[in-house]
Amino acid sequence: MQPAIAVREVTKTYTEGSASVTALRGIDLDVHAGEVVMLMGPSGSGKTTLLSIMGCILASTGGSVRIAGIEVTQLREKELPRVRLEHIGFVFQGFNLFPTLTAGENVELMLDLKKEPQAAAKKRAQELLENVGLAEKYKSFPADLSGGQKQRIAIARALACDPEIVLADEPTAALDSHTGKNVMQMLADLAHKRDRAVVIVTHDPRVLEFADRTIRIEDGLVAGYSAKKPSSAISEFYPAVGAAAEPAEVRGV
Amino acid sequence: MPPLAERNLFHDKVRLAVTLTGIVFAVVLIVVELGLFVGFMKTTSNLIDHSNADLWVTSINVPYVEQGVPFSERKLYQVRAIPGVQDAEKYISDWVEWKRPDGRQETVQIVGMDIDKDMGLPWNLVQGKLGDLKRPDAIFVDEVYKEKLGATHIGQIVEINHRRARIVGFTRGIRAFTTSPYVFTMFKRAQDYARLPENQTTYILVKVAPGAEINEVRREILAQVKDVQVVTSAEFSHMTQFYWMFTTGAGIAVLLAAVLGLVVGFVVVAQTIYATTVDHLKEFGTLKAMGAPNSYVYRVITRQAAISAVIGYVLGMIVSAFVVHASQGGGAPIELPLPMAIGMFFLTLTMCIGAGMISISKVTRLDPAMVFKG
Ligand SMILES: Nc1ncnc2c1ncn2[C@@H]1O[C@H](COP(=O)(O)OP(=O)(O)O)[C@@H](O)[C@H]1O
Ligand SMILES: [Mg+2]
Repeated sequence: MQPAIAVREVTKTYTEGSASVTALRGIDLDVHAGEVVMLMGPSGSGKTTLLSIMGCILASTGGSVRIAGIEVTQLREKELPRVRLEHIGFVFQGFNLFPTLTAGENVELMLDLKKEPQAAAKKRAQELLENVGLAEKYKSFPADLSGGQKQRIAIARALACDPEIVLADEPTAALDSHTGKNVMQMLADLAHKRDRAVVIVTHDPRVLEFADRTIRIEDGLVAGYSAKKPSSAISEFYPAVGAAAEPAEVRGV
Repeated sequence: MPPLAERNLFHDKVRLAVTLTGIVFAVVLIVVELGLFVGFMKTTSNLIDHSNADLWVTSINVPYVEQGVPFSERKLYQVRAIPGVQDAEKYISDWVEWKRPDGRQETVQIVGMDIDKDMGLPWNLVQGKLGDLKRPDAIFVDEVYKEKLGATHIGQIVEINHRRARIVGFTRGIRAFTTSPYVFTMFKRAQDYARLPENQTTYILVKVAPGAEINEVRREILAQVKDVQVVTSAEFSHMTQFYWMFTTGAGIAVLLAAVLGLVVGFVVVAQTIYATTVDHLKEFGTLKAMGAPNSYVYRVITRQAAISAVIGYVLGMIVSAFVVHASQGGGAPIELPLPMAIGMFFLTLTMCIGAGMISISKVTRLDPAMVFKG
């Protein structure tokens, strides 16, 4: 089966004037529908950069990125919004809800981007809020919701256009651990019950139990990986001894 | 579209108030200045536009109505003999000195016509009858200039170029563009006040017979009468308007003030819309990250600008209506014709949307990858 995301030898160098920072030095990674992949690693190791490249909001310097089979490095910048809209849902650390819109309208906005007629969009937004257990908050403004509720609204919004990929950057960092686990459960369910490819950048070892695979990024390279052991809640990391040691899946063979 | 533009606009009430104040200021300033322009322009050609004549016969190269050069009234008979001329009459407009009761001098424009004909007559008579002009030394002046001329009542005796004159009627709202008011009288008396030789006139007004072609008649007059210029009322009106509004620079000053209003409005609106955009930059970044094309974001900003424009226009027009109304009694008429009001709407809309464009460039350069930064 074709992976939802296929990243090959991706490099990224940020240049600002004469200074340049190499954030990614050659990353290979596949993410399949139905799995939760977590990206871990020290601050500054390149996780956000990788997530942004997979989300088509940042261009890689080299390598290949396929999203739902589309080679996005070949697309013109104008074509990328469409790919994001149709294939990718984003969940942010700071929720990024529109503060002047109600919860329902936040979701409707996504549907409007997809030119869904207004009545249909309202109905669909209602359903999406129901799915995250917040049907009664349709008319609430973000300021009147708790952090966990906001993140659930954001998840409903990310799912509005029915993307096969959901990308989340530290989605639980702003939440207490109980709420964080609820949100993680919800994201995990997207993969396990609704067959989406879910990639989550996290620092929080307490949520690793929700990962099917964990990729450790260090200094712009994949430094290790672990697959979830059925018996254990928390995964361990194995040092990468070289490409040969990685499972075929990671190499995408 | 969910009401993102509306909400963002109304969210910050103080900024909205600043935006609207800027637009209202611009609208009122532009309406007043353009209104003055139109008012002045109409004023300059008042006599011509109310003359009820089809053609004006003047000396060669007369550029505008105040600059008439006398010529022999024998030409009147030549003009009358031309086929297609239904009627032709002498008409005088010339500068004369008016002596106020307190002895001060004012320059006025004496206007003389044949009151038995239907051309070049004074209008808007509010006191006295047209026929009263036939009485000895009779003149009409306009109410607007009562104070300036020291005119107080019917029957008042005054002095024009050292000759006697008697006020027998008042017109209402016949303003002169220059500082010299019009004084209406019979042709013969005007000739006398202006000290023209007895056989001279400054204009001949021509009424063309029904069915006759105006340009045809004009060609005939030019062919048969020597040393004259023949212009239609519309042409003479435009020549006079153009002279006063543009050649003298009077109109330019007024137009510049209108442009200033536009600039001020543009700057204020651009400023506030820009500030609003910057406030909501993270939201626009999120929108772009989620897959909104730039055009969608433009629509949000344009909509904000358009809503501001509509509200600002309505408020601005209400204020303008008061100003226009208040101006009607004074010396400077502000006109607000319907086409100008409609044009003003589109101007306001263009101004606001143009101002919004300034923020659009900010959003275009916005990197959607910002959404994952802190
Ligand atoms: N826009 C940018 N311009 C320049 N350097 C950047 C930019 N974004 C990230 N970097 C650098 O790239 C490296 C990886 O950053 P990032 O992907 O944000 O790491 P992480 O998310 O793992 O903390 C860091 O050294 C960071 O300073
Ligand atoms: Mg990061």
